[in-house]
Amino acid sequence: MKYKLEAKNIDVFYGKLKALNNINIGITENAVTALIGPSGCGKSTFLRLFNRMNDYIDSFKLNGDILIDDKNIYEKDVFVDELRKNVGMVFQKPNPFPKSIFENVAYGLKIQGIKDKEFINTRVKDALKQAALWEEVKDDLNKSALALSGGQQQRVCIARALAVEPSIILMDEPTSALDPIATAKVEKLIHTLKEKYTIIIVTHNMQQAARISDYTAFFYMGDLIEFDKTNTIFTNPKMERTENYITGRFG
Amino acid sequence: MNNGYKNRLKDSIFKYIGVFACFIGLILLAILIGNILYDGFNRIDWSFLTSLPSRKAEKAGILTAWSGSLWIIIFTFIIAVPIGISAGVYLEEYNRKNQLTRILEINISNLAGVPSIIYGLLGLEIFVRYSNLGSSVLAGSFTLALLILPIIIVATREALKAVPASIRVASYGLGATKWQTTLYQVLPAASGGILTGVILAISRALGETAPLIVVGALAYVPFTPTGPMDEFTVLPIQIFNWVSRPQHEFSINAAAAIIILLLITFTMNGIAVYFRNKWQKKINW
Ligand SMILES: Nc1ncnc2c1ncn2[C@@H]1O[C@H](COP(=O)(O)OP(=O)(O)OP(=O)(O)O)[C@@H](O)[C@H]1O
Ligand SMILES: [Mg+2]
Repeated sequence: MKYKLEAKNIDVFYGKLKALNNINIGITENAVTALIGPSGCGKSTFLRLFNRMNDYIDSFKLNGDILIDDKNIYEKDVFVDELRKNVGMVFQKPNPFPKSIFENVAYGLKIQGIKDKEFINTRVKDALKQAALWEEVKDDLNKSALALSGGQQQRVCIARALAVEPSIILMDEPTSALDPIATAKVEKLIHTLKEKYTIIIVTHNMQQAARISDYTAFFYMGDLIEFDKTNTIFTNPKMERTENYITGRFG
Repeated sequence: MNNGYKNRLKDSIFKYIGVFACFIGLILLAILIGNILYDGFNRIDWSFLTSLPSRKAEKAGILTAWSGSLWIIIFTFIIAVPIGISAGVYLEEYNRKNQLTRILEINISNLAGVPSIIYGLLGLEIFVRYSNLGSSVLAGSFTLALLILPIIIVATREALKAVPASIRVASYGLGATKWQTTLYQVLPAASGGILTGVILAISRALGETAPLIVVGALAYVPFTPTGPMDEFTVLPIQIFNWVSRPQHEFSINAAAAIIILLLITFTMNGIAVYFRNKWQKKINW
């Protein structure tokens, strides 16, 4: 079977600290993969490998290969700005730019040098529709994104990522700052998005992982303990550690 | 007497000391301004603003002084603002932290505290003599630009520092380069703070006298500058010249000119405050 993303023999160091230890994993296209595990086990570190956001950390060091469509993205001939057009990211805290909703969503296109107004308008509209936000904001796209509710802001951030039409979306605890209703909306959204995108999501919420993901990876102290279909992980885990964690006995 | 009572007593004593200190400052300022207004207000009319200097106090005006100030400020602005903001952006956004840059940073902060006359001497040597600019508007502007550069650099860095990392990360995450992130996100978000710093720096330059005297600004210039290489005078020097004359009429002129200078400075500070408030209201992280 061919994977959309692959991690091969991954070791990550922050200075002397080894944050990830010999990780091997293959991620399926058009599916949602959840990363779970106790705080500090390396989920965010692992997620950020795929769009090279760890590169900004001075002490960061990586061994191994990260492949996207069979291409190692840490090779010299890969430009990070090109890479990130293909791999979008949504962060834990909604972080819209202090600009209008429209400018937020159009930003990714603007930095690509796209000037065609018609094209930008269509893309912004499509992205907002995909992010299930269009109906709520269509009357006032010039409103500051900061004036929206937290849940709406997070959906602006999702729309912003979608507008450049990536094929992969990374989400780092995208609902942890949201209330249950907003969370439900975003979860529903993730469910529809997987038809077009490959999604990797970090979550601390076991029910959420069970609800929305097709595959689940359980990390513990830098090791990948178990990786399987979500169903299997939650009903019939092979490792005792996994079972203890998902049943809430530790973590 | 229990402890709580003591603490409350200390608290209220300190409060009254604070209020008292504030009042002294305000009252002194009010007396000063009141005095100047009383002396000079009636002297201000159209011909005062549009007349050349003269040996007769009642004929003398401040045309050359305020137009000189205007020339100086415009050129100081053109020189100092791009360099100051660029330097601030470099130090804050691009610069890798190491020993050398730390020394650089400390020195820039120290430069903001160097007495202005030192800048005057530096300007005299570098711009007036070595660069052969003479006692021109340009030499004066370069000197003042040096003087306010540290202020602009520090203000720019502070404003950039206040922009949360999440904004930069979001921009990088969409594939923006460092330059695009700085230009499209970080600088606009910091613009209010930078603008405030620039306006305050420019008002500082407007009030400076010592460095310009050293550079060779004249107290008596019978013409307005027509280009950057002309000789010039500025409002503070004109004021200084008038107050040092024995005749009472001239000190009235000085008071009137002070009112104009204060008016300009207050207006600029007002604009700075306006933009700062507007900016703070708009961005609630
Ligand atoms: N920028 C950094 N510099 C140094 N060490 C870091 C850095 N970021 C993370 N680490 C370390 O790497 C390890 C993994 O951190 P990471 O943020 O990936 O964990 P996480 O699983 O996402 O945790 P959480 O659930 O709390 O978000 C931790 O021990 C952490 O202290
Ligand atoms: Mg994390």
